[in-house]
Amino acid sequence: MSDEPSYAVGIDLGTTHCAVSYVDLDLSEGEEVAQHVLPVPQTVSPGSVESLDLLPSFLYLPKQGELAEGDLTLPWEKAPAFAVGEIARTLGTKTPIRVVSSAKSWLCHGGVDRRGSILPHGAPEEVPKVSPLQASILYLEHLREAWEAKHPEAPLDEQEVVITVPASFDPAARELTAEAAREAGFEQMVLLEEPQAALYSWIQGTGTEWRDHVQLGDVILVVDVGGGTTDLSLIAVAEQDGTLELHRIAVGDHILLGGDNMDLALAVAVRAKIEEEKGKKLDAWQLTALTHGCRQAKETLLSDPEVDAVPVVVPSRGSKLVGGSIRSELTREEVERILVEGFFPEVEADARPKTRARGALTQLGLPYAQDAGITRHLAAFLGKQVGATEDLEGFEGALPEGATFLHPTAILFNGGVFNSSLLSGRVGEVVNGWLEAEGAAPARVLEGAKLDVAVARGAAYYAYARRGQGVRIRGGTAQAYYVGVESAMPAVPGMEPPITAVCIAPFGIEEGSECDPAPQELGLVVGEPVEFRFFGSSVRRDDGVGQVLERWDDDELEELPEIQATLPAEGRTPGEVVPVRLRAGVTEVGTLRLEAIPREGHERWKVELDVRASGD
Amino acid sequence: MSDDNPSFFARIFLAWVAYFRTLFDADFAAGVVRLREGGPALPPPKEEEAPAEKPKPEKEAKKKEPPPVLKTAGPEAALQLLGLLQREGRFVDFVEEDLADAADEDIGAAARVVHEGCRKALNEHFTIAPVHASEEGERVTVEEGFDAHEIRLTGNVVGDPPFEGELTHRGWKVTDVSLPKMSEGHDPHVIAAAEVELS
Repeated sequence: MSDEPSYAVGIDLGTTHCAVSYVDLDLSEGEEVAQHVLPVPQTVSPGSVESLDLLPSFLYLPKQGELAEGDLTLPWEKAPAFAVGEIARTLGTKTPIRVVSSAKSWLCHGGVDRRGSILPHGAPEEVPKVSPLQASILYLEHLREAWEAKHPEAPLDEQEVVITVPASFDPAARELTAEAAREAGFEQMVLLEEPQAALYSWIQGTGTEWRDHVQLGDVILVVDVGGGTTDLSLIAVAEQDGTLELHRIAVGDHILLGGDNMDLALAVAVRAKIEEEKGKKLDAWQLTALTHGCRQAKETLLSDPEVDAVPVVVPSRGSKLVGGSIRSELTREEVERILVEGFFPEVEADARPKTRARGALTQLGLPYAQDAGITRHLAAFLGKQVGATEDLEGFEGALPEGATFLHPTAILFNGGVFNSSLLSGRVGEVVNGWLEAEGAAPARVLEGAKLDVAVARGAAYYAYARRGQGVRIRGGTAQAYYVGVESAMPAVPGMEPPITAVCIAPFGIEEGSECDPAPQELGLVVGEPVEFRFFGSSVRRDDGVGQVLERWDDDELEELPEIQATLPAEGRTPGEVVPVRLRAGVTEVGTLRLEAIPREGHERWKVELDVRASGD
Repeated sequence: MSDDNPSFFARIFLAWVAYFRTLFDADFAAGVVRLREGGPALPPPKEEEAPAEKPKPEKEAKKKEPPPVLKTAGPEAALQLLGLLQREGRFVDFVEEDLADAADEDIGAAARVVHEGCRKALNEHFTIAPVHASEEGERVTVEEGFDAHEIRLTGNVVGDPPFEGELTHRGWKVTDVSLPKMSEGHDPHVIAAAEVELS
């Protein structure tokens, strides 16, 4: 087998769905690209296998004997011990204690042990558990098997593979995704942020003409609302040697809020109506069925302005369908009130998401966004990133004096939610209202495909572009990173010792590059894991390595999961304190790498980004 | 070698030739022995022998024309489809139910479940297109040599093509079928498993 890859493969490892797209390298030249979507064989009902474009990111852990022999047989495995895909989702609606869902959101949850067997969350003891990491490995393994069943001549580890992650994933979640990919047998792969993948998909959709649609000085706002998360990014159009270049200049916070929340909100409203009008209680399965019905009704209402109400029926669970089913309806007024006003309210540019103080117990579940108003999250993002273009060549004076938020000049929508022009239209109106208030021109909408597979397609296109064919978005890290060091100050009773933050990695480090070690020395205890507080900033673009911050605003620095270094005891006395310096770099894969370097010698020790993994 | 009944003189010549060949040709003699015993004159053909050597009278083939074959489709695909319609659209539940005393409103609600689900099942597994592109009610022409599988003539069926008539039904044609694959051990007779909820 030749070493030269035949395909560029893009994998969208989504919160609710996975998809694979690929470019045939032998048939592609320049911006003419031969691209396909890989149909993924999966069990759809016991004993029956179908190939679908999407693989639902669900894992079902059946009880022994619960399913008959051959019920889960796949083209590449006779008797898998668990189920992945459509069947897992279906079985999970009736047996929620055995289904793992949203593993990806758990992968980015710093409050839990992400390598620990904690899923399904809250399941009884008897149910086997997996870690968020393992669940991700299983989804990727399924995709690899699906690929290799179709392309036995081209094993995936010999192809150019790109796996997407949310732009808002923290360094530990990126590292865990890369680890899952290695475990699943993807030797050669790189990570790509989903909003960038969406933009690549748009670029590809314009054929060779994307340069006609944007110009120097443009700031593209990518609003990507997936099934479970909302991901925001800003991409600037700059110029280098006379050709247009794309720079990803900022990414938003991790917002656990997506299309599924919207469908559920509609279902809960209709359920309330049913319970009030018919006096019938709905169980969890019926709510799922209702959510399904509401999703379809919503699509009809959003696409056809002539329709005022769509009937929604909750089927009976028993075989008596007539009389046992409950009919209700979803009205246009409800969709507009709940979806448009609830998730995309008209707010001012200075609006900020409401936050409630979380009780200690809420940390056990997923940290869902407390404010469902996506436009408020958007206002907060643009407000926070007002200075994102300050240092970019060609953007001097782009923002008027006294601007309170960064002015986007174009918007790209991605995700199935925006199949409805009502919702994308509302976001556009709101943003343009803000722009008008500051005397700026309205942002135009970049028309493109809002398909479920746009991210996978964009990822495959990027895998292709990386080979030097076509345009690339420049990015680098979207945060500067800091390590927390206790100040040498006399202790004051009742007060935590003050912490200073030392910058170890500046903003915008490109893949495959390394920083100088920070001059400050930290003490590591030989043979014992030592933990450090770790921070990221998406706004401090000018801090260099070694910069010390004595104090900072709450929204300036965000605390990340602690990092941990363990010095092996070889040739040293356990308990001895060794001074080290920290050095940061970004791997070719796209993950942050931290190393501890002792004052003497040439040794380097890896610093773990995900402390709880080895700590707990 | 088609003369079934040689004339008298031909038989004299044949007897003359046969006398000497029986004496001097061992193979020929063996054939005569087989004939006397009521068997065929030629030895059963060896495998290498060309099949053209076999005398297969055409008349015989015409006399015993095989009966028309009426195929029975295997039950598996039918059961699979039934399972699909039940799973997606509760088809069997609905058809098995007694509707005599049910209110039309309840039937309507249930029909929505069945319609939506069965439509999804059909759309996902079959590509269905109308046979005739014209609108129903339009006058259409059926040309000579039309495919009788695709077009059914009804009513006053006389005369010669081209025929003129009204399109009463556009017809449906499945252009593509993609049924799920089934695992070997799976029993397709169970189109919906009984459900027992543990509490």
